Amino acid sequence: MRIGIITFPGSLDDVDAVRAVRLAGGKPVALWHADHDLKDVDAVVVPGGFSYGDYLRAGAIAARAPLMREVVDRARSGLPVLGICNGFQVLCEAGLLPGALTRNSHLHFRNRDQPLRVERSDTPWTSDFAEGQRIVIPVKNGEGRYVAAPQDLDRLEAERRVVFRYVDGNPNGSLREIAGVASENGRVVGLMPHPEHAIEDLTGPSTDGLGFFTSVLKAVVAA
Amino acid sequence: MSRKGCMANVTGRADGEFAGPGTFVPVPRVVVDVVLKPEISDPQGQAVLGALGRLGHGGVRSVRQGKHFVLDVEGTPDEAELKQIAETLLANPVIEDVELHLPTD
Repeated sequence: MRIGIITFPGSLDDVDAVRAVRLAGGKPVALWHADHDLKDVDAVVVPGGFSYGDYLRAGAIAARAPLMREVVDRARSGLPVLGICNGFQVLCEAGLLPGALTRNSHLHFRNRDQPLRVERSDTPWTSDFAEGQRIVIPVKNGEGRYVAAPQDLDRLEAERRVVFRYVDGNPNGSLREIAGVASENGRVVGLMPHPEHAIEDLTGPSTDGLGFFTSVLKAVVAA
Repeated sequence: MSRKGCMANVTGRADGEFAGPGTFVPVPRVVVDVVLKPEISDPQGQAVLGALGRLGHGGVRSVRQGKHFVLDVEGTPDEAELKQIAETLLANPVIEDVELHLPTD
């Protein structure tokens, strides 16, 4: 199973995402933002970092990169895509996910191990979790406050588009404790915390993050 | 060899380029202002407001922080194109309002 990981200028966590895919048993495929070639991958990870230095808005310029046009087209027809942190910001800016990520309400960069509640286990990225399961993975951001208009939030809740919620404290002031959301077809998931940093006991607070990557490998096989 | 005009102008006024001895080609200047929508909280603006209060400027009731873009364009500005640039790249319509200021002359 070929899982593509996109590198933009300023990506930081692409190498950790590559490692997570490999540990989960997949074949990581490096993708370059300026290409038009998705290299026949079965799923795509948009990693964390500070693409284009977060200039203009976090993720705004990366969302218009050449490769993102292919990602948007393929995602609309079902390609599983996971956006982590800056990758989540990129997917929101690209219009694949609803809402926006803004400056943390307390204005501080927040870096800690973060408990989350998994709200949906029927997406390609969360099938190895149980609904309602508590997982702990690191969160690290300065612009992670999830916002959308109240009526849009109501619609997202009604459509079960909230995939993860912060528990035991909201690290950034996100509305309704939203840590991650899904696209309408459920194939695209974005979240601010970092599953790729919780894949080994030596370096992570847990190995809960591995579940994202084992989930997508099963989803791809089943497809 | 061209040299940018050194005047830093305000909204809507044309700057220009020195295209050679004795020539001055005006370059239309377009300004785009972007601010967070009123319903989106602005913690940076609130921090500025807090600082103003500590500095004794208690008369300031609210601060909203935004972005100001200055675009020098070639030829006659194409309003439709600039509107598209402003609304699809310079601002994120999910959270921001945008104002386009075309040259006034």
